[in-house]
Amino acid sequence: MVSLLDIIGPVMVGPSSSHTAGACRLGLVARALAGGTPEEARVELHGSFARTGVGHGTDRAIAGGLLGFAPDDERLRESLVLAERAGCRVTFENAKLRGTHHPNTARITVRREGHAAVLTGASLGAGRILVNEIDGFPVGLTGAYDALVLVAADLPGTVAAVAAVLSGSGVNVATLRVSRRRKGGEAIHVYELDSPLPSATVGQLRALEPVERVRLVPRIA
Amino acid sequence: MFESLDDAIAHAAAARTSLGELALATEAAQGLRSRAEVEAALARALAVMRGAVERGHAGDLRSVSGLVGGDAARLRAPRGPLAGTLFTEVLAGALAVQEVNAAMGVIVAAPTAGGAGVLPGVLLAIGARAGASDDRLVRGLAAAGLVGAVVAVRASLSGAEGGCQAETGAAAAMAAAAGVEVLGGTPEEAGHAVALAMQGTLGLVCDPLGGLVEVPCVYRNATGGAIALAGIEMALAGVRFPIPVDEVIDTMGEIGRAMDVRYRETAGGGLAATPTGRRLARERLVQLKRGGVTS
Repeated sequence: MVSLLDIIGPVMVGPSSSHTAGACRLGLVARALAGGTPEEARVELHGSFARTGVGHGTDRAIAGGLLGFAPDDERLRESLVLAERAGCRVTFENAKLRGTHHPNTARITVRREGHAAVLTGASLGAGRILVNEIDGFPVGLTGAYDALVLVAADLPGTVAAVAAVLSGSGVNVATLRVSRRRKGGEAIHVYELDSPLPSATVGQLRALEPVERVRLVPRIA
Repeated sequence: MFESLDDAIAHAAAARTSLGELALATEAAQGLRSRAEVEAALARALAVMRGAVERGHAGDLRSVSGLVGGDAARLRAPRGPLAGTLFTEVLAGALAVQEVNAAMGVIVAAPTAGGAGVLPGVLLAIGARAGASDDRLVRGLAAAGLVGAVVAVRASLSGAEGGCQAETGAAAAMAAAAGVEVLGGTPEEAGHAVALAMQGTLGLVCDPLGGLVEVPCVYRNATGGAIALAGIEMALAGVRFPIPVDEVIDTMGEIGRAMDVRYRETAGGGLAATPTGRRLARERLVQLKRGGVTS
């Protein structure tokens, strides 16, 4: 359903809703995966992002997102300098990502406090995004929900154990997807939630035996 | 929101209300936000639009590539045949917002960033001349949003899909509805203003130099404002466009689907493919990649 506010909006830093506002949102998701401002980020730009990204400020928009700036934050313009000052080393390169990708796609690898995360995401137009992969697993996140992304051993009872913890938190699950690369290997659980998870719940999830990693991806402005 | 502008106009006429009022009521009825929340969001959009027009008029902005900037300020002291009229205000406002957009300033995508100058250019100039209240301007934005929503469903709001007719063309159609709303026209008059504006942009290609939202986008927002003004003027004078507005919108979609990919934001045709267009794009993009241009 189209809303008036999809048409009259978003409020954003120019010049392009897909190459600037959407790119900034991808940076915001990468920041969330890092759990704060990354110390290092490697940004691979694919397709139209690679061809015209610089002229559209795609690089500054992604760097701004990594620093936590929203798409309407005028600091996006100076974000490359601000990133340097914040101790966030961002490098950009043009890449031809393997497989089929939307023309406006970026792969962002972030490092912070000894941990790394990588996302592949597309800017679909009008500022909307789709995060296709996190750490190589398919996720399909739009940033419209608070999301819980969890990597766990592919064992019987894992979904039930996670669901039991979520049920105790009182947070409603909007959507749920579980996938794996191979039987008995690592499985990825993607929960889209109607409200953010309390930090106590996150601790309980981390304490579950089969759970290897827990990532929270907040709803993106 | 509505999928037929003819239906929306009939609804508004039957309820003896305006298109903007109908849009606000319909949006609230969708249940995601209350009417007060919708009005507050549109009031914020209005404030950002005003800020962008003001910022652009200062005349000191340059785009990221350095190709555009400073033209809105030139319109503040015009020497042409329309100097001192509303028409000049519309051109200046549209240029101002697009210059802000090209310089990575804050704008409201309406419906897109590339077409963001048309609606504020028309709405704010008409609103100032008419002494309209902000509430009335918010209803104008709501009417424009309703038109954009119908265009999104029936045709397209993306230059990559439908050419510039889907961006500045759609924006001109939206601005035409906003203008009629602010000036107190009927829903039928709004529909004819939309049709009259949109017929004037049918076939318009998207051919930005180097793929950047600069040339001709900035100027095309100004001419888009002029076309919206023409639609409003004719409709309020009683001109009736013989093709129903939904069919005009469908035509825009059909032309967009048939448009060669060179004319859909790829910089492969039109002004982007002229010898000078290619040279400017090459020079500017090389400079940008060396980090030689900063805004």
